[in-house]
Amino acid sequence: MLTKRIIPCLDIKDGRTVKGINFENIRDAGDPVELGALYAQQGADELVFLDITATVEKRKTLSELVNRIAHKINIPFTVGGGIGSVEDVSVLLANGADKISVNTAAFKNPSMLNELSKEFGSQCVVLAIDTKQEEDGEWYVYLNGGRTKTETKCFDWAKEAVDRGAGEILLTSMNNDGTKKGFALDITKKLSVNLPVPIIASGGGGTMEHFTDVFEQGKADAALAASIFHFKEISIPDLKRYLREKGIAVRL
Amino acid sequence: MNLKIVKYNAGNIQSVLFALERIGVQAEVTDDIEKLRSADKVIFPGVGEASTAMEYLKARNLDKVIKELKQPVLGVCLGMQLMCAYSEENDTQCFGIFEERVLRFDSAGTDLKVPQMGWNNIYNLTSPLMENVGENSYCYFVHSYYASLGNHTIATTDYTKPFSSALNKNNFYGVQFHTEKSAEAGEQILKNFINLEPRP
Repeated sequence: MLTKRIIPCLDIKDGRTVKGINFENIRDAGDPVELGALYAQQGADELVFLDITATVEKRKTLSELVNRIAHKINIPFTVGGGIGSVEDVSVLLANGADKISVNTAAFKNPSMLNELSKEFGSQCVVLAIDTKQEEDGEWYVYLNGGRTKTETKCFDWAKEAVDRGAGEILLTSMNNDGTKKGFALDITKKLSVNLPVPIIASGGGGTMEHFTDVFEQGKADAALAASIFHFKEISIPDLKRYLREKGIAVRL
Repeated sequence: MNLKIVKYNAGNIQSVLFALERIGVQAEVTDDIEKLRSADKVIFPGVGEASTAMEYLKARNLDKVIKELKQPVLGVCLGMQLMCAYSEENDTQCFGIFEERVLRFDSAGTDLKVPQMGWNNIYNLTSPLMENVGENSYCYFVHSYYASLGNHTIATTDYTKPFSSALNKNNFYGVQFHTEKSAEAGEQILKNFINLEPRP
C-alpha cells in the first residue's frame, strides 16, 4: 500500500542548517549533509533542502552542497530556494537532486512551470506555495518568503500550476507555521481532493496527533516539518510507530 | 566489474551513478555499441516518455543492441517499461523482451492519485535479484504506467490493482521502482544485480 510520507525540511543558510520563527531568532541546527543522512537512516521518506542564502555566489555553493548530499543520501530529495530558470535546474539535477521546488519565480513567470515539466518531467517539479488566510476567510498566495501579499487565491494558483505541469505541491500555511498548533486542515484538504497531484502539508506540526489529523482530515499525501525534528522534540521512528498504531500506512 | 549505463534521451542518471558509488561500484555512461556489448553488466535507466525514448533508441539501433545482449541487463522505471511488449503511453511498440504490457493506472472510483508517487511495498519476491530483500520491503515509485502481472513477474505491488514491480526473463531484469532511491532495499537489489553471474 502506498504510504504517507514524513519529510524533514532543512533550511540552509551559508551551508548550515538553520531554523527560526518567521525568519527571526535563527538558530544553528547543524551540518545539512550529516543531518540529512541521519534523517534518512531514521526512516525519513524524503528530504527537502531550502536555501535561504542570498548572495551572488549562491548558485555555485548550492550545487556543491547538493553534490555532497547526493553522495550520502539513499532516499529522494528536493532542493529549493531562488531557482529561476531551466539552467538553474539542470545544474542541480546534474549534481544529484531528484526534484526541485519553485515558488516566487514561478508565480511571476508561470510559463516556467511548462518549460520545466517539459524539459525534466512533472515528477521533478514541486510548486511551493506560501498561503495565508485573511479576514475574509479566503486563502491568498504570498511571495518572497511570505513578505509580499498577492490578490491571487491559493486554490486558483495551485490549479493553474498543476495544469502547467507542476507534479506536486508543497503547501505552507503562514497562519500555522511556527505555532506548533497543528496543520491547516481545510485548505490542505481542498487542494488534495480537488487536484490530481500529491500535496505536502507544511506549517504547524507540533505533536504526533497533528500528523494523524493532517493525513486523515487534511487528506495530505505527505507532511513536512523542521524544528520539531531538528531539536528532537519528536523523533521520526517514534512518529512513524505512532502513526502506524493509529492505522495510517507508513514505511517502517 | 565492467558496468555500463545506457546513455539516451531519458532522464537524469546522476542519482544512479551516486547509488552505485555508495556500494563501491564505478560505472560508465555510454551509447557506444561495442562498449555495451562487451560490458559485464548493463543498466538501462530512464525517466521520461515512452514513444520519444523509443524513437531515439531506434534511430541509433540501440533497441536491437539491448535486446541481443547476453550479459545481465537491468531496466529501471521507464527502462523496464521499454523492455515490455507494448506501452499504452502514446501507443508505443516496445522491445518485446517481456510479454507483459504497460498500461495506465485507472484511479476512477478510488481516492488514489496518478502518478503513484512515494513508498509502496513489494511482495511475492522470487529470483536471485530479490535475494535478502524482505517480503513487503518498501521501495520508492514515481510512475503513471505499470506493467501487468505475467509469467515474468518477480515482485508484485498493489496500486489500483496488483502489478509487476519487477520482471525477469533469462538475463533481462526490470524494476519499476527507483532502486537508487529506495534506501536499504534498493541498495540490496543493486548489490544483487552486481553479484549476478556475468554471462550464462
